[in-house]
Amino acid sequence: MINLQPYQNPLYFGLLILALIPEIICLLMGKRFRWYETIVSLIFLMLTFGGTKIHEGLMLICYIVFESILTFAYLKYRKKDNRGSVFVIAIILSILPLVIVKITPAISGSQSIIGFLGISYLTFKTVGMLMEIRDGIIKEISLFKLLQFLLFFPTISSGPIDRYRRFIGDYDNTPSKEKYLKMLEKAVHYLFLGFLYKFVLAYFFGTVLLPIMSKGSLANGGISWWLVGYTYTYSMDLFFDFAGYSLFAVSISYFMGIETPMNFNRPFISKNIKDFWNRWHMTLSFWFRDYIYMRLVFFMMKRKVVKSRVLLGNIGYFTLFIIMGFWHGLTWYYIVYGLFHACAIIINDAWLRFKKKHQDKIPSNKFTELLAMFTTFNVVCFSFLIFSGFLDKLIFG
Amino acid sequence: MKEQVLDILVDLTGSEEVRDNLNLNLFDNGLLDSMATVQLLLELQTQLGIDVPISEFERSEWDTPNKIIAKVENN
Repeated sequence: MINLQPYQNPLYFGLLILALIPEIICLLMGKRFRWYETIVSLIFLMLTFGGTKIHEGLMLICYIVFESILTFAYLKYRKKDNRGSVFVIAIILSILPLVIVKITPAISGSQSIIGFLGISYLTFKTVGMLMEIRDGIIKEISLFKLLQFLLFFPTISSGPIDRYRRFIGDYDNTPSKEKYLKMLEKAVHYLFLGFLYKFVLAYFFGTVLLPIMSKGSLANGGISWWLVGYTYTYSMDLFFDFAGYSLFAVSISYFMGIETPMNFNRPFISKNIKDFWNRWHMTLSFWFRDYIYMRLVFFMMKRKVVKSRVLLGNIGYFTLFIIMGFWHGLTWYYIVYGLFHACAIIINDAWLRFKKKHQDKIPSNKFTELLAMFTTFNVVCFSFLIFSGFLDKLIFG
Repeated sequence: MKEQVLDILVDLTGSEEVRDNLNLNLFDNGLLDSMATVQLLLELQTQLGIDVPISEFERSEWDTPNKIIAKVENN
């Protein structure tokens, strides 16, 4: 059987559009063609996780069975009781497969056998559900809907990370004809913007320019103009590649009448680091904000663990960004990337507090705004240089 | 109820503006952030006895004084 990775080649797009046509016609007539949708999903999952990747496919099935049992068991328990310790155990169990997949390469040097494409993103979805079950916000789950949510194929490999209640709200309803027409318009726009980003711009920056910059910097060694060039080229490649992919995922979701949230909102015009995280890989940063930062701060504030608000916020930031670093992988540069952003946002917060206090003395105009954008852009690009792992190559060969 | 909510908001944002303009977007104007949101939820719990789990907090539904008051009154 053939294997097709999502959004990689013309054949995948061709098949996808063909498969979606009957669904689009149905939605235009105001009906959701549920069983057809399910069959299309299964076919595309088989294309991605079958053939040469069948091992990943089997691991995906095992993972889904495990997480479903865990989710239903916790839901059943939560209806009777609500102990913190049981919640913590449920969370640990749900992230255990991902933790194993992330730790294995650092210990044994090879990929874990239980890994598969998209395991991180499925873990985000499941953990989010467990937290909302704990909060008593998710009260009922049907197995069919749980599977539709977790295995929603347009976003399975790399997000955007949707949320159960939001997704099911879309899935249970059929958009009105006017609304669906608008969604189609956006879907087509995103699809072509995605082509531009991924196959023109990311190709240019990543495949054409980046190797030249890489060669130049390695030949010169140390800090050189080549390294500066590498930094900005890599940043552009990272953005256009991931934003391009995300646009495809959102576009295909819209064709299917599901409003998957956007992942990027012009991140390079951010005015500060906080603004940047509200614009860059948004579904991930909002996930970290809502499920880690806010919960941790709430817990510490309620228990009065720490008195100082500032210190409390900073502990929250460090926890968030260190976890984000570890999530990217167990290498020094991912961890440093996390720490760098934690420091950047803490400095940023201190500056915002200072600015608020001395509002009358600090100028604020078009020039300062441009200066803020320029500074943020450069700080962010430097953080991507750390993230790229290129320094590892440059320093340690 | 409305006054109590506004008192909490003035306290958290450090700005009287929230009293004058009930449709002011608190997040876009940098008056509230995640940290202040958590404090808001805690204050609602301790002062007014209203329990809002973090999962329930959807930014777009809580971004102006009016919306927050409406949420609290409907609770």
